[in-house]
Amino acid sequence: MRVNPRIINRLVRMGLNVQAFFTVGILIIIVAIIFFKGFPHTNFAFIFSFPEDMGREGGIFPSIVGTVQLALLSILLATPLGLGTAIFLTEYTKESLFTKFIRFGVESLAGIPSILYGLFGFIFFVIKLKMGWSLLAGVLTMTIMILPTIIRTSEEAIRAVPRQLRIVSYSLSASKWETIKKVVIPAAIPGILTGIMLSIGRAVGETAAIIFTMGSSLRLPLSIMDSGRTMAVHFYILAREGISMEKAYGTAVVLVLSILLINVLAYYIMNKAIARYS
Amino acid sequence: MIDRTVLKEHFVKWVLVAFALSSLLFLFLIFIFILAEGLPLFLKVGVNKIIFGMKWAPTKGHFGIFPMIISSFLVTVGALIVGAPLGLSCAIYLSEYAGKRARMLLKPAIELLAGIPSVVFGFLGVIYIVPLVRNYLGGSGFSLISTSLVLGVMILPTIISISFDALVSVPRTYREGSAAMGATKWQTIYKVIIPTAKSGILASFILGMGRAIGETMAVIMIAGNALRIPTSILDPLRTLTGNIALELAYATGDHRLGLFSTGVVLMLIIMILNYIANFGIKRKIAK
Repeated sequence: MRVNPRIINRLVRMGLNVQAFFTVGILIIIVAIIFFKGFPHTNFAFIFSFPEDMGREGGIFPSIVGTVQLALLSILLATPLGLGTAIFLTEYTKESLFTKFIRFGVESLAGIPSILYGLFGFIFFVIKLKMGWSLLAGVLTMTIMILPTIIRTSEEAIRAVPRQLRIVSYSLSASKWETIKKVVIPAAIPGILTGIMLSIGRAVGETAAIIFTMGSSLRLPLSIMDSGRTMAVHFYILAREGISMEKAYGTAVVLVLSILLINVLAYYIMNKAIARYS
Repeated sequence: MIDRTVLKEHFVKWVLVAFALSSLLFLFLIFIFILAEGLPLFLKVGVNKIIFGMKWAPTKGHFGIFPMIISSFLVTVGALIVGAPLGLSCAIYLSEYAGKRARMLLKPAIELLAGIPSVVFGFLGVIYIVPLVRNYLGGSGFSLISTSLVLGVMILPTIISISFDALVSVPRTYREGSAAMGATKWQTIYKVIIPTAKSGILASFILGMGRAIGETMAVIMIAGNALRIPTSILDPLRTLTGNIALELAYATGDHRLGLFSTGVVLMLIIMILNYIANFGIKRKIAK
């Protein structure tokens, strides 16, 4: 029997429609479950008080502080490194064997799973460099993890800056570095910011690499040599060891909400950046 | 004065070269340190006894990780069975059928799905998927099938975004040519667009596999972590990543070295997958 191709066409269209919205449905369901279950346990006191009895009671303040410290310090290190690499790749060289090597390095770093970063950070920073489980070891590991994201997004942003801007700057007798500093980077800022926001999101949600480098101390980290735990690690320990489901859901709300907000902001900035030069 | 500007230009250039080299340096360090810790045990115990060994009892001198290699492979294939058809369908819908508005809604939603931390996936898997499997299919629920379902969802964003890029890069003229011959939209997709974008789509599957095989936190929460080769989809299993994450915090001596040997095997598998994926993508671009 030969079925009319038009009917097949329509059926396929319907099927694909369903599957696409099913995927979005998964996201909505995940967020909805976390919010409905978690919001009753999330309030001002939960966010600003210290955990008691391993997290069975009290709040998550130290883990919020730990997360912010980890994310901001890694960004502080990775941004100059990543932006510098992106500037070098776009402004200072043509495609050559050397840039191929660097790109290979960046691509490979992006493909390494987080547990291997955890292994490396543990043996290199924690053991060999004798940092112990500390904020510093966590930050250094995270810096390497987010570097590829910062490099890629910055590179794209810099490439999107129109040539004319550079030519005008040179015609005003500006040097190469002056042109980059005063013209190219300011024009590429939204794209660079997108990379930074996405990286912050990654640092906030990471667990495997952080638990073996930064450790999981419940105390407030006061120096970079102190161990601490991020929200993601705290959530993992609460859930996995069955310490408190209520507190786990409460932590999950704060965790997921902050990541969603950070990522939404990142895509908002990106869309603005795209609109700018097209 | 002019000299100073020239000097500064040179200085900046060399600083940037150093920054650019840092990525390579980090990659080198990661490689060297994992190998330096992981290889000695291969020499001491023997490659065969580790890779094909069936028994993992590191405090008693058994370092066999064969069941974990098989388990990692099984959850990866399982994730692909769940994620590949769904992901490819989404990508086709987005590139060929979706209107501007649907695309504006779907693309960011998929990007956001990629941002949800793996611990959250693991947690929801334990709370919802594991009981579902236990009640309707039997077993403890901590199983190959539960893990595959959750991983399948987790690799969707990777598969969708890379397949989507491959599909939209098919030239417009191909579509027009096919339509001019009276083909319906689906016939065009099926016979023209998918074959043209084939290598990009394959690359998306392989990169999805890379994500699934490297995934850790969600897996240790759902997989049950039993130390044997699963014989049914309802059996618990322990992956390579799970083995490292479960024991690294307290392992010492040869036990710790054994975990780094596990890491070496994992690194090797990831490198092979990435190589294949890049090869696929490069071929697509060469076309």
